[in-house]
Amino acid sequence: MIVLNGVALTPDLSGVLYWDDRRTLVVADLHFEKASHFAARGQPLPRYDTALTLAALTDVIARRAPERVICLGDSFHDSQAGERLETENADALRALTARYDWIWVAGNHDPAPPENLGGTVVHDFCMGPLTFRHIAHADARAGEISGHFHPKAAVPTRWRRVVRPCFAVNATRVILPAFGSFTGGLNVWDPAIASLLEPEFEVVMLGNDKLHRFGCGALDSAVYYR
Amino acid sequence: MTELPPLFQAWFAARGWRPHAHQKQLLTAARKRESVLLIAPTGGGKTLSGFLPSLIELAAHPHKGLHTLYVSPLKALAVDVHRNLERPVAEMNLPIVAESRTGDTPMAKKQRQRKRPPHILMTTPESLSLLLATPDAEAMFANLSRLIVDEVHALAGTKRGDLLSLGMARLRRINPGLHCIGLSATVAFPEPLRDYVHPNARIVQVKGGHKPKVEIVHAADRMPWSGHMGLYAIPEVYAAVKAHTTTLIFVNTRATAELVFQALWRANDDNLPIALHHGSLDREQRRKVEAAMAAGRLRAVVATSSLDLGIDWGAIDLVIQMGAPKGTARLIQRIGRSNHRFDTPSEALLVPGNRFEALECTVAKHGVEAGVLDGDPPRPGTLDVLCQHIMGMACAGPFTVDDLYAEIIGAAPYRDLTRQDFDEALAFVENGGYALRAYERYAKLVRDSSGFYHVRNPRFVRQFRMNAGVIVEADHIKVRLGGRILGQVEEYFILGLVPGDTFIFGGRLLKFESIREGVAITSKGKGEEPKVPAYMGGRLPLTTTLAEAVQRYFHTPERWNELGPEVHEWLDAQAERSTFPEPGRLLVETFPRGARWFVVVHGFAGRNAHQTLGLLLTRRMMRLKYKPLGFVAGDYAVAVWCGEEPTDIDGLLDQDILGDELEEWITESNMMKRMFRNVAVISGLIERKGPGDEKTGRQVTFNSDIIYDVLRKHEPHHILLRATRSDAAGGLIDLKRLAGLLQSVHGKIDHRRLDRVSPLAVPVMLSIGKESVGHAQVDEFLDDAGEGLIADAMAVRKAK
Repeated sequence: MIVLNGVALTPDLSGVLYWDDRRTLVVADLHFEKASHFAARGQPLPRYDTALTLAALTDVIARRAPERVICLGDSFHDSQAGERLETENADALRALTARYDWIWVAGNHDPAPPENLGGTVVHDFCMGPLTFRHIAHADARAGEISGHFHPKAAVPTRWRRVVRPCFAVNATRVILPAFGSFTGGLNVWDPAIASLLEPEFEVVMLGNDKLHRFGCGALDSAVYYR
Repeated sequence: MTELPPLFQAWFAARGWRPHAHQKQLLTAARKRESVLLIAPTGGGKTLSGFLPSLIELAAHPHKGLHTLYVSPLKALAVDVHRNLERPVAEMNLPIVAESRTGDTPMAKKQRQRKRPPHILMTTPESLSLLLATPDAEAMFANLSRLIVDEVHALAGTKRGDLLSLGMARLRRINPGLHCIGLSATVAFPEPLRDYVHPNARIVQVKGGHKPKVEIVHAADRMPWSGHMGLYAIPEVYAAVKAHTTTLIFVNTRATAELVFQALWRANDDNLPIALHHGSLDREQRRKVEAAMAAGRLRAVVATSSLDLGIDWGAIDLVIQMGAPKGTARLIQRIGRSNHRFDTPSEALLVPGNRFEALECTVAKHGVEAGVLDGDPPRPGTLDVLCQHIMGMACAGPFTVDDLYAEIIGAAPYRDLTRQDFDEALAFVENGGYALRAYERYAKLVRDSSGFYHVRNPRFVRQFRMNAGVIVEADHIKVRLGGRILGQVEEYFILGLVPGDTFIFGGRLLKFESIREGVAITSKGKGEEPKVPAYMGGRLPLTTTLAEAVQRYFHTPERWNELGPEVHEWLDAQAERSTFPEPGRLLVETFPRGARWFVVVHGFAGRNAHQTLGLLLTRRMMRLKYKPLGFVAGDYAVAVWCGEEPTDIDGLLDQDILGDELEEWITESNMMKRMFRNVAVISGLIERKGPGDEKTGRQVTFNSDIIYDVLRKHEPHHILLRATRSDAAGGLIDLKRLAGLLQSVHGKIDHRRLDRVSPLAVPVMLSIGKESVGHAQVDEFLDDAGEGLIADAMAVRKAK
């Protein structure tokens, strides 16, 4: 359980954040059609990412049964992603946006998410004591929920160094891990993220079967881009 | 037999040389345009032999354009050979222009070389591959008369060798009459190398000059039970260095090189110039050592296989091998580095690291004396390299499927490539080659109405050029001290360090501080014990031939006296306590120790195969409820320890372990994922990281591990997965050897249930702590424990 600005939020093992009181599910960085984006540029990654991401999202939505879904931006890998969606994926997405109160926050990859898929496009917006936006503001007031950075953290263990995606949390904000199936990550100690979190923060790491919570002092601080 | 023209005869005579018989044979063959594989021990004047026909032809007849192309596996060798060739050219005043072309050649010179090529061009497989992937390749090589491939034995059977063979096939397509000369060290399987050079090549074999003189060190200190470094014999090694002019000290891993180098400097009371050379060190530093060596300014160099290949230093008069040689052919090649002349015997000193290695050294010494060669024939060509080559050929110009297939099966490693595999490789290059969810829209290649394939967009040509090559180095991290880059080490080694840990690198003790912008930042460490660098570079497993010879040696007790009393006593104890492994059977010992049970499988299949067997055994033991706790693998044996007594040994080692457990393991294995990453880069699925990509603080574009998982699930027969699998058959996973072992010993397992540890198991048991932990205190603790272990193992004899 994460408490931010007086609001209780539940991090989910899948990487989404659930706001129980408002029955709102928050997910970041879906990056639909990332593989086809690379394929068009000469790196033919297998084209399963959108279907896999959609399946995982459908799954957690079924489990949590929310009323509302907020996608925190970079839901589509680029501005042509909507045109590249395969029909069955586009249909599945339309079914979701029709059934739930669906909000697309615009991101840097998708400043204008496709219009033919349903849902409402917004930029930053507030709901109760929380603010939702794609990229965290350095001077945001408490209660900011964002994505963009794909945070991951490293913990030295007896076995070896373990690196996993994570929620990064401090008194002001929560930064969500990326949900898209082919997304990489950035270490929380990278100055780009760390400057938004320091001095005191913790992470909730996505393990295989459960979440793991660590204070920033327990994390391997050797920054490595990989 | 062909005689030299007078100008050349005079040049030879002026140097006091006479042409070797094989040099004349080569000239005859060249005149008849018969391709040749020249097999000669190191020091046979091989390289000059290869060039002699071209020098003579060019001296007699002017040639328009490129006459001879020379390809060597090492950039340094291409440069070195160039230098050596300058001498006869200058001294005989020959009208010949020779140049080298490597990744280091300036762009302007490269462009000029393409327009106005020299008579002789020296290059590497990668540079040739890039040259062939240009539209003007046809014109550049149309008039090529001869191709010389150096160190064929080091290329065939590797991915670089695959790439070169495909390039050679293209050269022969451009110029069907191309005359090919291959140069190779002595090998166990000459025929596949001959085929590699040219389908109709003739083998010219040069017999060795003198038999080498091989000694095994007699150290004053007692021989250790474990370890592979031979540090106990440093006083004897130092004395040998002092007694010779120049000594080359070979070790098996980069980590050992560091420690041996340190130990020698501690013993170096006379301040002899002793240097260090291994593949992790910065290139500049390596060049300095090579130059100092060539100039005769060094008394000794501690080196890994980074110096195995032929740079010519005449002055070396002793080769020392620290640790077991792991193969006789390799030992012969290393010994050949001493006395790079034909007329005096090479001298070598072997320093076994432990008692088992003493056996191995003795058997290898017999092997060298008997001229036994070992090693495996080269494996078939790999599919990821094929994919890269197909894209390169598309960059060179349009092709039809039938023509390209016919050309490619002309390369020896791809002789048996099926049309279906070829079609799949082409489909992959075209659009990813997925069975489901294909990408017609984004094809890199398009087929025109007459069946020719073209590259769809010039950007794909640029992308190819940026990413070509088969060495994937992304797994390394640079090591920086102050403002200087010292070299690079394997990423997983650095990731295992905690800030403050110390390790030895480049001959210094370094303290790890942090990783910044993808570089490991270090400071000078203070006199504490280092955390030994675990980087493996160059650790090769024991060859099958040598392993079998060691197993046979166990059964010739009449020869054990030559091993010295310590080793003899150890073998006697084993004879009384248990039994010996023999070829074609498998000895498995089980015994309790502390609160655990140990299973020691004396597989003699090499470290990599044992490592894989250990992983599979622990899985199966879990299934059989033996509560496995860990394992350690060595070249001779693998030891697994568990909470319950394992009783069903036949069941444990049944071949079906290569079914379920293997499948399960492959799904999770980090090693397989790492191999897949290499395959993905080589084949062109993902781009290499460009310089500067790591500095921008952006999240990585994607994770190849996830792509591996996705492919396994949705496209299990995809060509890149098959390429990954075939990589796993050899190398670090060595499935082929493991499968061979399990198959051949089926029903022939000798299980000995002992009441305590056996003498033969001691070396692998003692490596337990060293392999898996590594801090100084733990080692001390284990050394103490080790004394008890040895007392236990040898107790039978002392009690009697």
